[in-house]
Amino acid sequence: MLNEAESVNCSCDTEINLSAQYSKLDDILAEYKYKEGGLIPVLQIAQGLFGFLPEDVLHHISKAMDKPYSEVAGVVGFYSLFSTQPRGENVIRVCLGTACYVRGGKQVLDSIKKELKIDVGETTDDQMFSLEIARCFGACGLAPAIMINEDVHQRVKPSRIKQILAPYCKTEAEEVEHV
Amino acid sequence: MINITIDEKIYSVEEETSVLEACKTAGIKIPTLCYLEKIQAIGACRVCLVEIEGVHDLVASCVMPVSEDMKIHTNNRRVREARKVVVELLLSEHEGDCQTCDRNEDCELQSIAHDLGIREIRYQGEKAPRCLDESTPALVRNSAKCIACRRCVTVCAETQSVSALFPQSRGFKTTIGPAFGKDLDTVTCVQCGQCSAVCPVGAISERDQTEEVWAALDDPEKTVVVQTAPAIRAALGECFGMEPGTLVTGKMTTALRRMEFDAVFDTNFSADLTIMEEGTELLTRLKMALVDGKQVALPMFTSCSPGWIQFMEYYYPDMLPNLSSCKSPQQMMGAMVKTYYAQKLGKKPEELFMVSVMPCTAKKFEAARAEMNSSGVQDVDVVLTTRELGKMIHEAGIDFQSLEDSEMDSPLGLGTGAADIFANTGGVMEAALRTAYEIVTGREIPFDNLHVTPVVGMDGIKEAEITIEGVLPEWSFLEGVAAKVAVAHTLANARALIERIRAGEAEYHFIEVMTCPGGCIGGGGQPRITTEEVRKARMKAIYAEDEGKTLRKSHNNPQVMKAYEDFLGEPLGHRSHELLHTKYFEKERV
Repeated sequence: MLNEAESVNCSCDTEINLSAQYSKLDDILAEYKYKEGGLIPVLQIAQGLFGFLPEDVLHHISKAMDKPYSEVAGVVGFYSLFSTQPRGENVIRVCLGTACYVRGGKQVLDSIKKELKIDVGETTDDQMFSLEIARCFGACGLAPAIMINEDVHQRVKPSRIKQILAPYCKTEAEEVEHV
Repeated sequence: MINITIDEKIYSVEEETSVLEACKTAGIKIPTLCYLEKIQAIGACRVCLVEIEGVHDLVASCVMPVSEDMKIHTNNRRVREARKVVVELLLSEHEGDCQTCDRNEDCELQSIAHDLGIREIRYQGEKAPRCLDESTPALVRNSAKCIACRRCVTVCAETQSVSALFPQSRGFKTTIGPAFGKDLDTVTCVQCGQCSAVCPVGAISERDQTEEVWAALDDPEKTVVVQTAPAIRAALGECFGMEPGTLVTGKMTTALRRMEFDAVFDTNFSADLTIMEEGTELLTRLKMALVDGKQVALPMFTSCSPGWIQFMEYYYPDMLPNLSSCKSPQQMMGAMVKTYYAQKLGKKPEELFMVSVMPCTAKKFEAARAEMNSSGVQDVDVVLTTRELGKMIHEAGIDFQSLEDSEMDSPLGLGTGAADIFANTGGVMEAALRTAYEIVTGREIPFDNLHVTPVVGMDGIKEAEITIEGVLPEWSFLEGVAAKVAVAHTLANARALIERIRAGEAEYHFIEVMTCPGGCIGGGGQPRITTEEVRKARMKAIYAEDEGKTLRKSHNNPQVMKAYEDFLGEPLGHRSHELLHTKYFEKERV
């Protein structure tokens, strides 16, 4: 019973959050609606708000910007930075650009897959990590590189993956406890 | 004018033309795949490569503008081999079941491969996955044949302002289609089939229903009736190597009889019937507005074109009352065949099988609409495109070119010249005016040779104003009224016109809209590829058919008059209302 009550509360919060996110999105749309080339910034901001780009959000953007839905979806599909799937709290991007590839990017990727037990494009069961592939962060001199959220990690060794990921494994609650 | 050299010869060409266009004017043929004259030049397929002196790489001639003293080589080993490799790479991921493909011998990729001398497939690449979209009654898409040339994307967006299709994903994984690989029936597609009309390969075609027709023809229990739309007669010949614009009305009728249709009727009959109903509807609306002072939806829009109807249902549902309630000529014929004609034969509607031959893919969708069953069963059973009829005539082994002419059957096989011109943009308007003007004034419409010249031709939006004078007593309320009419073809033009009206920038009484460029003669189901030149040739043939007739006004059609006398009663009467009129429904846009 307790669980049920909790989940009811939970979904209520989600709805409130969602409507707050939509209202923020509408403010952004008002600003970008008539700007040429406004679609990509709107999508970036929307992804920041919702964590990913759900179809409902894309429909909303398509209608508000008077852009065909097929085109909005086409732009989302073109750029690998956009995701239509929910992603974990932390997004890991492994560079497989030429320099990183030849300096062992593939092995780094394999090591992360093994550590997190997920494949590229997937999210861990605890929603902590998502794994993606990227092409060049401009850190070729210090290859192989990976990005976790906004942090770039350079000269990554496959054997050090556990240590690199460790700081990101802490939940907010744990962090508070430590303080 | 600037001077350029093509293959060592000097030419003087217009500035701001592309190398491709310049070569065409010089009589030099450069192979193209993604290019569509006046519609798309994007350099996507790389087939039109040429060498330009001083430029390191070969360039796509469709997007390369000419410049002073440019030296172009269109035919050297480097160019020929590069083009060949480009096409070989396209073939390496193409499904390539040419012998059994719908587009066999009518495929641009196939004929370019032939012309470039490709005799073996040197590269065995990963094939594009085969995903079939058979969700709509009108169209079938096969991703394994798509070469991502984007012609369909451009016509859907720019000609029709619908944008159901767009490139999705990236690189080798690119597919052309609706958002997230969805099927066409889940998105805003009006099923006009302009995508299928421009597809260079077999990636988008109409749903092939020829087997259903053969089955009906083989069924001794069924009386199989066929109707052919006005636009077929000016295009069907192209399926047999005849020049665009060759009129084949008589040969087509003979071919249909050879195929053993039990009755060959003319959609021209029901086009004349449409004019009687629609003309009366317009005059009734005007009377309600001008005499009774009632709120009535004006301007009135024509309703013959099913792609346009869906467009309104999706994009302008608040203006659905402005659409004429008249069914299209195809559906009027279906309803008449399964009631009036069935009665004459002493048969039940379900014993008749109605086949339509239309220049259109959206007509397949229209026939399948739930409300199109006035006879108690589906009024039109199967719709074939012009291309499908061409295929069936080939399958039947009929030597089309050598057929003698014959006439269509009574009582639904006679059409006037006014009905012929339903095939052309401006034609329905002209036909309506020929009749309405004469009903109101008792005189012929005051235009040379009955052609309402301001609404004739290829301009996207045309308008005319006709002051009505010297009216008959019962129409006195129209005396001195300046009737304002407009004509739009393609949905992008229709949208522009509607937006002008909504912004209060224009005001009309009556508007004709046809979904496809040039009207039905440029329909999505017509023989490929319909260029501007082809459209003009077909259009000319249609006007010639009209001018060659003694009866050129719908209200002079004796078979139509007989149908009113014996069966329908009067235009907009009870039975007409039941059989010949319809309703529209708002649809959610995706």
